[in-house]
Amino acid sequence: MVQFTDVFKSYENGTKALRGISFTINDGEFVFLVGPSGSGKTTIIKLLTGEIAPTDGTVMVNDYNMGTMKFSKMPYMRRTLGVVFQDYRLIEDKTVYENVAFAMRVIGASGKEIRRRVPYVLELVGLDTRTRRKPHELSGGEQQRVAIARALVNNPRLIIADEPTGNLDPARSLEIMMLLQKINELGTTVLVVTHEKELVESFSKRVIAIDAGRIISDGMDGYYSYER
Amino acid sequence: MRGNRFGYYIREGVSSIFSHGFMSFASVCIIVACLLIMGTFTLIAINVDNIIDTMESQNELMAFVDDTLTEEQARGLEATIEAVPNVDRAVFITRERAWDDFVETYENPRFFEGLDASVTRDRYVVYLDDIALMEETYNLLQDVPGIDWVRAHLEISDGFMRIRNVVTLVSMALVAVLFVISLFIMSNTIKLTTFERRDEIAIMKMVGATSTFIRWPFVVQGLILGLIGSLVSFTMEWGLYQVLAKELISGAGFSFLTVIPFYKVSIPILLAFGAVGLGVGAIGSSLAIKNYLKV
Ligand SMILES: Nc1ncnc2c1ncn2[C@@H]1O[C@H](COP(=O)(O)OP(=O)(O)OP(=O)(O)O)[C@@H](O)[C@H]1O
Ligand SMILES: [Mg+2]
Repeated sequence: MVQFTDVFKSYENGTKALRGISFTINDGEFVFLVGPSGSGKTTIIKLLTGEIAPTDGTVMVNDYNMGTMKFSKMPYMRRTLGVVFQDYRLIEDKTVYENVAFAMRVIGASGKEIRRRVPYVLELVGLDTRTRRKPHELSGGEQQRVAIARALVNNPRLIIADEPTGNLDPARSLEIMMLLQKINELGTTVLVVTHEKELVESFSKRVIAIDAGRIISDGMDGYYSYER
Repeated sequence: MRGNRFGYYIREGVSSIFSHGFMSFASVCIIVACLLIMGTFTLIAINVDNIIDTMESQNELMAFVDDTLTEEQARGLEATIEAVPNVDRAVFITRERAWDDFVETYENPRFFEGLDASVTRDRYVVYLDDIALMEETYNLLQDVPGIDWVRAHLEISDGFMRIRNVVTLVSMALVAVLFVISLFIMSNTIKLTTFERRDEIAIMKMVGATSTFIRWPFVVQGLILGLIGSLVSFTMEWGLYQVLAKELISGAGFSFLTVIPFYKVSIPILLAFGAVGLGVGAIGSSLAIKNYLKV
């Protein structure tokens, strides 16, 4: 569960990125976060991952209070999240399999758990025939699938994706969104940041629209509420 | 699971050493150079100390009693002399004893025909607690009433004290400077690895690896480099010491110069080298990774 209550964020240079944001995302939801460039979407994502702290207000993520929790708890909070970026962020000299296994190994999973879980998620994202390839031997869509598999492998409660389809053509983008929807149907909460209007419209999901650091609409009626 | 993790740290640490072969080699070399200089100066200091200790047990002052005193009066001075600060004990020797001893050292007694003990004096052999204070004690003894004059080898003690002080000072300064240099090189070597792996580190943090888990492979890398450095320099120090010791004994020709055999100091030296090497490795790697672990 995610809960923002009157959240303000000012960067050190004085930029007021968020000016009083409140919303709740319940477990099991699928939510789009939309808004023009510079409106504060990535800032919201960074608050969720603990990369930055709120200037004012409270940010709760999966029962952790991001403003007050101890630094040493941060890794355990992050294990409840899976994060996907526009630029995939794969390790270039590791294979598909190793990239996904790496995420398990570094939180101390056993070899046995890894050998059982990694093939499962790779099949889920449709990459079971590509496991031995390196990232540069894959298409953009396939690389993003690897990133999604990596985000999923530790069985997080919430998947956060910041413009996951920003570098992909419309057909590939749709495939990635369908994959995220499938993951959501399997029980994981999903929050997707995106610019792509058509994509948002083709799914009837909750859309939170922000502009200049404030929420301007929040509902099930798609992208139109944002345009009005 | 623990064993698996430990294996991971070692594998990652070792592979980083080989992927930066040149810098690894350089940091081992610098540790070796530092330890050799530290070790050599320490060994010199230990040996100078040892020589001074030997001299302390051998060196003594000779306090000659005034001619006008009777033997009984002369014997009475013992308590006064032993009360002088820094005097360990004073042994009285009659002029007859001294004369006999003196004559005995010569093979031909005819040299001394017509002479007897009246030409020498009663005397005290004075043993000191601390040779460094010899000059002060010498002056005090001269002021004791009934003592005519005192014989001492101030130059020798002075010289050795000065050497000891200089060597101690220089080795302490060198150890400090070289330790800092080793730390700097070590942390830069490991910084190269952390820089090359910054994406991996970012992913580790993103998926929830603990700081400890992220840090350990780099610490292992540093510890292994440090350990290699200490073992190599220990072996080299051993060889160097054997050569120098031999040169010194055969070359110098001073009978009082004795060199401590290496086996007597090898364990402390090995421990000290190991501690410095591992310390440089652990601290250097922790410094290198520090900035990546914030946030
Ligand atoms: N590290 C930073 N320091 C200072 N200002 C920042 C920083 N990061 C973002 N900003 C500013 O905060 C505001 C919100 O930025 P944010 O990255 O959240 O926007 P965004 O909605 O993700 O935009 P985009 O769609 O272009 O990715 C912008 O004005 C941006 O310039
Ligand atoms: Mg952004």
